[in-house]
Amino acid sequence: MSDLAHGTQDAQVQAVKGSSNWYLIYKRLKKNKTALIGGYLIFFFIIVALIGPLFTVHDPLRVDYSTRLLPPSSDFWLGTDHNGRDIFTRLIHGMSITLYIGFLSVFVGMVIGVPMGILSGYYGKLLDTIIMRIVDVLLAFPGILLAIALVSVLGGSINNVIIAVGVFSIPGFARIVRGTTLAVSKLEYIEAVRALGASDLRIIFLHILPNIVSPIIVQATIRIAIAILIASGLSFLGLGAQPPIPEWGAMLSQGRSYMFDHPHVALFPGLAIVTVVLAFNLFGDGLRDAFDPRTRV
Amino acid sequence: MLQFIVIRFIQTIPVILGVTLLVFSLIHLIPGDPAQIMAGEAAPEATVEAMRERLGLNDPLHVQYGRYMSSLLQGDLGQSVRTSRPVMDEIQPRIMITIRLAIYSMIVSIILGLVAGVVSAVRRYGVLDATLMLAALFGFSMPNFWLGLMLIKLVSIDLALLPPSGWGTWQQGILPIITLGTGGAAIIARMTRSSMLDVINQDYIRTARAKGLKERVVIYKHGLKNALIPVVTVVGIEMGMLLSGTVLVETVFAVNGMGRLAIDAIRARDFPVVQGIVLIFALIFVAVNLLVDISYRYLNKRIELN
Repeated sequence: MSDLAHGTQDAQVQAVKGSSNWYLIYKRLKKNKTALIGGYLIFFFIIVALIGPLFTVHDPLRVDYSTRLLPPSSDFWLGTDHNGRDIFTRLIHGMSITLYIGFLSVFVGMVIGVPMGILSGYYGKLLDTIIMRIVDVLLAFPGILLAIALVSVLGGSINNVIIAVGVFSIPGFARIVRGTTLAVSKLEYIEAVRALGASDLRIIFLHILPNIVSPIIVQATIRIAIAILIASGLSFLGLGAQPPIPEWGAMLSQGRSYMFDHPHVALFPGLAIVTVVLAFNLFGDGLRDAFDPRTRV
Repeated sequence: MLQFIVIRFIQTIPVILGVTLLVFSLIHLIPGDPAQIMAGEAAPEATVEAMRERLGLNDPLHVQYGRYMSSLLQGDLGQSVRTSRPVMDEIQPRIMITIRLAIYSMIVSIILGLVAGVVSAVRRYGVLDATLMLAALFGFSMPNFWLGLMLIKLVSIDLALLPPSGWGTWQQGILPIITLGTGGAAIIARMTRSSMLDVINQDYIRTARAKGLKERVVIYKHGLKNALIPVVTVVGIEMGMLLSGTVLVETVFAVNGMGRLAIDAIRARDFPVVQGIVLIFALIFVAVNLLVDISYRYLNKRIELN
């Protein structure tokens, strides 16, 4: 079972099915309970990020040593940190930062990776070789390392984290899009459209792009989960969002020294990360099943 | 097979060249004057100029890259700005710690992942399957540094069973290895399950059952053997996650490996050391992928070379 052949076959099946079957996909997604839970959670998190900060009673940034390291109580639902700030309030304010980094960094990776993949798969030959070698080089840096290297030279800030994680996300998009583009452009109807005199641009935008949307969406959803994990790791290492920004990884990094006696300072920011990442993974899994029920990884 | 190995080996050369180019460029991506930043914000112009001279930043870029490559081929990764020692000497005592941590974690990932995956596939749609897969989903949605912190709190502080930090004794190794291995175990478990389910539905498994073979023989001899092939590719990707994951896990458990050195060097703005570590990590990963490809090819001779 060759990986490539397998992927091509899937893509062909997907392409034949076409993206006109959105209703079918929606129906399949609705039947998948775990995916639904993931989807609703993401929706809920977005709402919290948008309007949550309006409802919090404490200040996420103001230092108050009189309320330092208090355990969870009715006043401070998840306790307070070493600067006396309410952890629940900080988590709510941090939600928008987490989602902002997750969405935007994946968007950066998509905007660069998808055209690379299309050019590579559609034009082939030398262009394909060059683009795929670039992708190989990016993939030669294991996991989070490229992001660490980039952020270490660019400096620690939320925007630099987005750039670093975005670059890290490029190869994933480029590879998947190349594979599906390759499969789709070999289909007979693309030949037919070309024979009718359609320009490359027209073929790419009207015929190839709609056919590769579904793998891109699945890839993006799963990538957001990875991006959030990596971004929180960078902040934990002190390379990402800087204090006093209520970024969850940064909160963990600061809470670390106090967690032996006050475990709540490290417990809750971590749980927040797990919940959001889990939601995107659940939704991504469900989307993949809905788009292509044959793959069940 | 030999031909495949040779071709695959040649294919890695442009990748390695690209990696060196990117690592070399890192220092030039620094916003502002890299010499000023490494010498310190308040350093007088003379010191900055000396730093510039020492790093060869006054030469044209292609001359710098040429010099970088020729030193590299002689095993010279430059000089640490902080300690003035050769970067290679800084890294060398720490490489094996990081590689060991990664390999032990990989072994834990593979064992846990395979067992969980096979059990899930055999008991598919049962309670055990659901529980294991939910655990796997949690396993790879969890930041490993947070898992490490929680394990320290629970196992080292509250239960006082294992030391919270360091590296050397086997007791010190357990928590970092589990922390690093969990994410990989989760992914391998999911991959094994789906691959097993694919295999179990194949005709030859039905034939094996029809022959009257024991269920255990069918599952382990005929099923698992074939299901393992796609899992091998995940192991390669996993190794990348594990290698770079050491940066976080070594920081959490105060393990004196290459990952922790990287973070110390970044904090001290010691970019030659950062560059050296990034390069070594990438080279190890390229080598691992080469090995994975060769073993994948060996396991599945049907794959044709592109």
